[in-house]
Amino acid sequence: MKFRKNIQIALRALSANKLRSGLTMLGIMIGVGAVVALMALGNGASAMITQQVEGIGSNLVAVLPGRLDGSQSRSQPTFLYYEDYEALERHLNRIAAISPAFQTTARVSYADTQLNSMLTATVPDYAQVRTFEMARGRFLREGDRASNARVVVLGSEVAEDIFGAVNPLGRTIKLNNVPFEVIGVLVSEGSNNTDTVVIVPLETAYTKLLGSTATRDGQRLVTDISISAATAEDVDSVMVQAERIMRRQHDLKLTDELDVTVVSQEQFLETLNVITGTLTAFLASIAAISLIVGGIGIMNIMLVSVTERTREIGLRKALGAKQRVILVQFLIETITLSMLGGLLGVALGMGVAAVATATDLIQAQVTLGSVLMAFGFAALVGIVSGLYPAYRASRLRPIVALRYE
Amino acid sequence: MIELDAITKVYQLGETQVHALNQVSFRVERGEMVAIMGPSGSGKSTLLNILGCLDEPSSGTYRLDGLNVENMGDDELAEIRNRRIGFVFQQFNLLARTSALENVILPLEYAGVDEREARERAQTALNTVGLGERIHHRPNELSGGQQQRVAIARALVTAPAIILADEPTGNLDSKTSTEIIRLFQQLHRVHGQTIIYVTHDPFTARHTQRVLRVADGQIVEDERVERPLEAGAALPSELALADEMHHHEEQS
Repeated sequence: MKFRKNIQIALRALSANKLRSGLTMLGIMIGVGAVVALMALGNGASAMITQQVEGIGSNLVAVLPGRLDGSQSRSQPTFLYYEDYEALERHLNRIAAISPAFQTTARVSYADTQLNSMLTATVPDYAQVRTFEMARGRFLREGDRASNARVVVLGSEVAEDIFGAVNPLGRTIKLNNVPFEVIGVLVSEGSNNTDTVVIVPLETAYTKLLGSTATRDGQRLVTDISISAATAEDVDSVMVQAERIMRRQHDLKLTDELDVTVVSQEQFLETLNVITGTLTAFLASIAAISLIVGGIGIMNIMLVSVTERTREIGLRKALGAKQRVILVQFLIETITLSMLGGLLGVALGMGVAAVATATDLIQAQVTLGSVLMAFGFAALVGIVSGLYPAYRASRLRPIVALRYE
Repeated sequence: MIELDAITKVYQLGETQVHALNQVSFRVERGEMVAIMGPSGSGKSTLLNILGCLDEPSSGTYRLDGLNVENMGDDELAEIRNRRIGFVFQQFNLLARTSALENVILPLEYAGVDEREARERAQTALNTVGLGERIHHRPNELSGGQQQRVAIARALVTAPAIILADEPTGNLDSKTSTEIIRLFQQLHRVHGQTIIYVTHDPFTARHTQRVLRVADGQIVEDERVERPLEAGAALPSELALADEMHHHEEQS
């Protein structure tokens, strides 16, 4: 019997049972679609996190209050002070730049526009540590600190939101109702951290903006101190020096636990890789579950129709179909359903990914691996669960298959 | 042409063995029309299934046109069923959601007949059973009698030498039954096909030339029917259609 005839018989059987064919395809489609979409979102999220951390700066060492690794035994909160910055700046060797920062949020208003934004109060070196580039105007200068100047540098998104196409330089905006002159706009880095921030001189913030929220027992607080080591090789030595200086600053004995965290960007990335790795594993397990659910759906619809199809096979055998012809028919049927369902599933997954990307949720990345894996698994389950009952039925005597219940 | 010698069929039902057929032997010549009669559970359907190569005997020999069927493999049996036998079931057994024409085409597809010829022959077979106007109807759009006609068209479309029918009128009312029996008589008269059907109804059985009575898995009586009953009168158009069919048989 010609192969073309086989295809004809199979396609005719499929189109005669549109509901069953449709449900089978739907199962495969949802399984494949879920996997492709979830993997794309997971990959996108991982890539985004890594990119943001890498964009923070080069040879970066950060000093943060408290213990980030969760080993803190003392119950009271610990703080970083402006004095700590001064000590670090005075005593650290082999550094390119050092900048303290006080990070909070502020209400930004200009004419009728009002929005909440991240606020970073810092010093001119911050631009070097964070490798900022200016789109317009200039960054903070030492003179701004000395004169407590009310000047502000805007992230690109903030500038866009407030001023649109208008040049913001020289205009006055209000931060928590205090007027500031816009002196510069940062180049967009594509990450929220940089693009949605407003930056003011640290001294100005202490005296005119933050008030008592930025002091403790009369001492000025900072939320973090960023240090740029001179070269990549200096990072470790800078970290050791910083820990020693901080121990002395905070009057800690050698046996006491350090109450701040000194962390390099590299370490941070490693930690993040663990996090994103966990995220990816999490998404992979969700994907695996959707595949299994999809697979069970496919199996169900295939197995539910076993009785009907066993009788059909009995009839076909009674009319003269050979075992091989029946198997080829079922193989073509299941392959057709798996391929169509799989393709629709890939399209569905890519559609979801595209929507996520278009709405700026996540830059979803559809990978060939996830497509092949999902497609392959669904096709395998579809073909096996479609073919196995057919194989069994095709070996029965026609009369046994015809009377199957 | 059909020769059964000591055919026995044993089923295992748990611990006990059931002899559905016990040492059955008989011959049916080409062109005979035979009824197999018996109460339910007598083994008459098992006998027909073995004749139709849908089931295999436990022992004994079955020669069909001189071929020893009991030694054949699965694929050879499929070919025998396809080329030499047309089977009509009590339950019709049509493919659901599939048109009458496509149901009738099916055995031709397994015979490797090309598409255009298959369509023509299926149309002719449906004309013969009087359903030429309903070829695109699906089984659920046809009455029981019409469905059985489609099944008969499917059985005769490959022009087999033997047509076997298992209680073909069992699910039909008496008027429709008469039409189906008339159709069998006509096929027998016009084409000289061998026709064997199973029935439990003595009246239906008397429309054949020979009645085999089965009881407890054995043939208990082999009776010649002196004057077979006529099931109604043939319509004039049917003979013309039958000629057309005959023409196709000669071509193939």
